[in-house]
Amino acid sequence: MSPRLRFVLRRLALTIPVLFVMSVFIFLIIRLVPGDPVRTMLGFRATPANVAQVRAQLHLDDPLWTQYRDWITGVLHGQFGQDFISKAPLGELLAQRIPVTLELTLLSMLLAVAVGVPLGVRAAVGGRWARRLTEGFVVFGISVPDFWLGIMLVLFFSGTMMWLPPSGFISFAEDPGGNLHYMILPVLTLAVAEAAYIVRTTRGSMLGVMGRPFIVYLRAKGTRERSIVYRHALRNAAAPIATVIGIQFGVLLGGAIVVETLFALPGVGRLIVTGINQRNYPVVQAGLLVVATFFILISLITDVVVGFIDPRVSDRGQS
Amino acid sequence: MTGAVLQIEDLRVRIPVPGGRWVGAVDGVTLAVGSGEIVGLVGESGCGKSTLGGAVMGLLPGGSEVSGRVLLDEEDLRGLTDEQYRRIRGDDIALVSQDPASSLDPTFSVGAQVAEAIRNHRDVSRRAARERAVELLGIVGIPDPRARYADPPHRFSGGMKQRVVIAAALANDPAVLIADEPTTALDVTIQAQILHLLRDLTVRSGTGVLLITHDLGVVAQVCDRVAVMYAGQVVEQGTVRDLFARPLHPYTRALLDSQPAAHHRSGDLPVIPGRVPDLTEPPAGCRFASRCAHVHDRCATAPPVIGMPNGGQVACWLHQAVTEEVR
Repeated sequence: MSPRLRFVLRRLALTIPVLFVMSVFIFLIIRLVPGDPVRTMLGFRATPANVAQVRAQLHLDDPLWTQYRDWITGVLHGQFGQDFISKAPLGELLAQRIPVTLELTLLSMLLAVAVGVPLGVRAAVGGRWARRLTEGFVVFGISVPDFWLGIMLVLFFSGTMMWLPPSGFISFAEDPGGNLHYMILPVLTLAVAEAAYIVRTTRGSMLGVMGRPFIVYLRAKGTRERSIVYRHALRNAAAPIATVIGIQFGVLLGGAIVVETLFALPGVGRLIVTGINQRNYPVVQAGLLVVATFFILISLITDVVVGFIDPRVSDRGQS
Repeated sequence: MTGAVLQIEDLRVRIPVPGGRWVGAVDGVTLAVGSGEIVGLVGESGCGKSTLGGAVMGLLPGGSEVSGRVLLDEEDLRGLTDEQYRRIRGDDIALVSQDPASSLDPTFSVGAQVAEAIRNHRDVSRRAARERAVELLGIVGIPDPRARYADPPHRFSGGMKQRVVIAAALANDPAVLIADEPTTALDVTIQAQILHLLRDLTVRSGTGVLLITHDLGVVAQVCDRVAVMYAGQVVEQGTVRDLFARPLHPYTRALLDSQPAAHHRSGDLPVIPGRVPDLTEPPAGCRFASRCAHVHDRCATAPPVIGMPNGGQVACWLHQAVTEEVR
């Protein structure tokens, strides 16, 4: 077996316990939130008998262990359970919501990488102006909170200029152009901070690599400066950048909750927020499960990518 | 020497240091390397020998000032544009540097790094470069080169990595090879193998080698001629045989005396008293004067470079009586 394949398999095996622990946390954490789902559902006029009846129906009186077992068995069979309130099967609901969140986060990350990596490289190897401008951008991007930036973008692009819709959503299948039109502001809101982190990491990592002796040796071989910077140095600098991108995906998924609420996008984030307000346990569990699994998958991909970029990582621990 | 592939004339390099001062790291060095010849450049750490190598490669730290001439096949390299210099580096002049572990890019396969040296200068297909790289890896003694082509550097030992660096350096049959302490980071047994490999390959292809080292043992093993550098200046040069048999400059003598040798088994090694002068403010006269056992009033003025009948040169007042000044 090649060391790379072995590395991927080992990393894959490690995600199984992580997924298990995560599911336990998700299950417990929503039950730790004060408030009772049945009382929220039935309102303040419900009689104790009503409440007891509904609790029994929803199996909320079962021991936690039994509730967890029932839930996780369902999930493993592809059954996410039912919405406490609407009784809608959550599988269908998620199938509608997941693409919206995925589109939002992936487009934001794509934009952030496309802007952040080249800017970070210029900041490391460019002149004084390149450095100053990127430093300004980094400070701005990291300090400005996403909800504020989102509101300002709406005020300017929708309010003053009337170029873009302030909120709403059209699915990509229905109208691709319209979908992108609605996505511009949310994606921009999320991407700015991401790009700032990526610029900062790229710059630091590139500065470290450009000072290493093999760069001098590449020049001594007559390698073109462009190739030294983008082929050799960037590849050596890539592991920390990829790691930050992976971690920032988690931040992005968190940010998606805010941005989906702000721009009224029907994504998983907004589903979770509504679910929490209603103490709608199955909805919150399913939503968090999706988001967390997505993040674990991204981390897995990040590690594998880093292993492919740097052969020393995938060789480690094999001998 | 005429017909030299590399001729350095009155080279001076000043490097800026913090505080607005300058280090005159190389100060008026004249040196020539002939085709197929190995010239050793010896001196202590900080004497400017690596800076000299950097000046020839056009790879000095930013802000350095260089004057004098560096002639490669009688063409002056000074005043070339960056792109013209890039075309020469790795093609006409190549470098083998000190630490093979840090001169290779850890994320690229060794073969790709040799092939890159070819494709930087030759318009050949990837496949042709690859074939040539496999061949070169074989020539420098990598066992089973076709299979090892795709291996990353960390799967090779230090000596094997240095062989890869040599393969990349010799890929385009350079006229001149600068070998900057090529064996310092290696085990003693591997050192000899690498030195002999370098010697065999360069003599065969007629490449002139400037071998920068602090180790007189290395010079004795492979060099034809040797130049001794002290505080940025060449104090003596000559054939290896003459210089070892009859060192003329007091510094050369002291250097040879402080080499551990088989015949002194007991007792302390002689050391040279004093310290290397501060090159931000070099002394006016002979730079070795403060440490020299033969110091004299005349040493307060810079000594002339004196040509000896055997072709050697020495910069010391002690030998002025022997023959007339060359310049």
